[in-house]
Amino acid sequence: MVKFEPVLLKRILKKASPSFDAYRADGGYQALQKAVLQMTPEQVVDTVKASGLRGRGGAGFPCGLKWTFLPKGRPGPIYMCINADESEPCTFNNRVLMEEDPHQVLEGIILSCFATKATTAYVYIRYEYGASARAMQKAIDEAYAAGLLGDKILGKDFRLNVFVHRGAGAYICGEETGLIESLEGKRAWPRIKPPFPAVEGAFRKPTVVNNIETVACVTHIVDRGADWFKSIGVPPDPKNPRDPGSYGPKLYCISGHVNKPGLVELPLGVTTRELVEKYGGGVWKGKKAKAAIPGGLSMGLMTEKEFDIPLDFNGPSKVGCLGLGTAAVTIIDEDTSMVDVLFNICRFFEHESCGQCTPCREGTGWMLKIVDRIRRGNGRREDLDVLIEVGDRIGIMPGTTICGLADGAGWPVKTAIRKFRDEFESYIKEGTKTKALPLVGAH
Amino acid sequence: MSVLTPEIRRKIEAYLSRYPNKQAATLPALHIVQDELRCVPAQAVREIADMLDLSPAEVADTMSFYGIFRNEDRKLGTSRLWICRGLACALREGEEVLADVCHKLHVKPGDTSADGKITVEFVECIGVCEGAPAVLIDDTGRGNVTRDKVDALIEELRKR
Repeated sequence: MVKFEPVLLKRILKKASPSFDAYRADGGYQALQKAVLQMTPEQVVDTVKASGLRGRGGAGFPCGLKWTFLPKGRPGPIYMCINADESEPCTFNNRVLMEEDPHQVLEGIILSCFATKATTAYVYIRYEYGASARAMQKAIDEAYAAGLLGDKILGKDFRLNVFVHRGAGAYICGEETGLIESLEGKRAWPRIKPPFPAVEGAFRKPTVVNNIETVACVTHIVDRGADWFKSIGVPPDPKNPRDPGSYGPKLYCISGHVNKPGLVELPLGVTTRELVEKYGGGVWKGKKAKAAIPGGLSMGLMTEKEFDIPLDFNGPSKVGCLGLGTAAVTIIDEDTSMVDVLFNICRFFEHESCGQCTPCREGTGWMLKIVDRIRRGNGRREDLDVLIEVGDRIGIMPGTTICGLADGAGWPVKTAIRKFRDEFESYIKEGTKTKALPLVGAH
Repeated sequence: MSVLTPEIRRKIEAYLSRYPNKQAATLPALHIVQDELRCVPAQAVREIADMLDLSPAEVADTMSFYGIFRNEDRKLGTSRLWICRGLACALREGEEVLADVCHKLHVKPGDTSADGKITVEFVECIGVCEGAPAVLIDDTGRGNVTRDKVDALIEELRKR
């Protein structure tokens, strides 16, 4: 069994310079040369399809398959949007990739545009990632200077412009059509789908939206091959013919009540317990863990007893979570009130709901109000059932909203109450007030 | 009286060739104006609209959606200190850091200190969770801003 060596974090872990020259000296841009000089775009698409790469932004949709949705032979531009909006709370892997190894990301962007025949790529970077935006812009400038962007890349009939486009502080810009609306200069209200962006996206043209970590994987897949990528991770469940597997390395973000919060790269399928004990330095202050979130707030909550399920694309849903999400694992210790945790989560979604769909706009508002009332000692017997009912009814899965923010808002409410019901009930029965009321108007 | 200086106009115009239409330059234009003027006055909204062949209502519609942008009644101070209220930070005393900063500067979130130096805000997760509790200073994140570091941070920002 070959020991896994980080690929995405390889240069970052040895603190290699992010400059173009250093990246080149480490073998960078060889994959791009191979693709442009020896392969056709169709061959690159086939390689990525064969690798089983699934999007790392949260939805896990097969990347190569998404690329094939672009119409073939239609005249006019194709756009690529790179989703660097990374706003799912507790997630920071894209930030680290952009700040510390921007050329790895950029090479993946250029490769993806070669494969999809996109002629312009917009890297949509959230406003709060100023250092990432500057690092990516510098890398882009260096690439233009080296003839790897612009007209006639590597002397071939391959033309590409890449622009950084800065966001302005809205989580909903991480939703692919919200991102496109924001890019176009409007409020980031997601669009009804279909049509999907591959058919009608940015500026009403065929568009592909891919996550930063996903395109970084493309660089290595072209470099080392699809079979290499499939040698890492978890193959499909033989009992499920529609499972595309969980292949490849994944960046896991560890945060919360551990001694060593940080970023670690491992094959898909590690468990929460391994992340906490082997990589996170154990639970802090000698305490025990009570709960965790497996992949950013939207995925919902797990109890400590569920820490042994594999964190691949299938595992979290087996314990009632929405999915793997962004693989951002946050640990909550035994002395933390789950009512407080749920309040923090509800406050986030109420703030970030774009307001377009009534069930989300009103539902996130009411879930926050009810949880707030519980934490102030004024809970009522029927509150928990109302919360679960709201959580079950808002979202694209129940079919009541345009985008999945509402599903992400409902899942933590449902999982927190179902898995930690006695804590909520004791607040209600005993009129318990939370110990940590907002100390100042952070709401 | 034009609020957009020739320099600001030049910067906005440089963005137009990046996009197939002018409306897409709305966010870059708003950022350029606010970086320079520390707010986006109503007159600037009209002038941006004029440059981008939009109605002022369209620019105002976009601007009002994003909490980053301020009108002239709520102009920003020299530095904007955003304190993260995301879960990873709240689990490590992030809310207490926000309270400490507000108490020391005698402001509530959203307001600017009396000397005009520091605007204090809360912000949703800024992606510096490995360094919780974290803050964002204008557009640059900084981790490990624990309660004992608040005084030094305020002093640093006062000197800017």
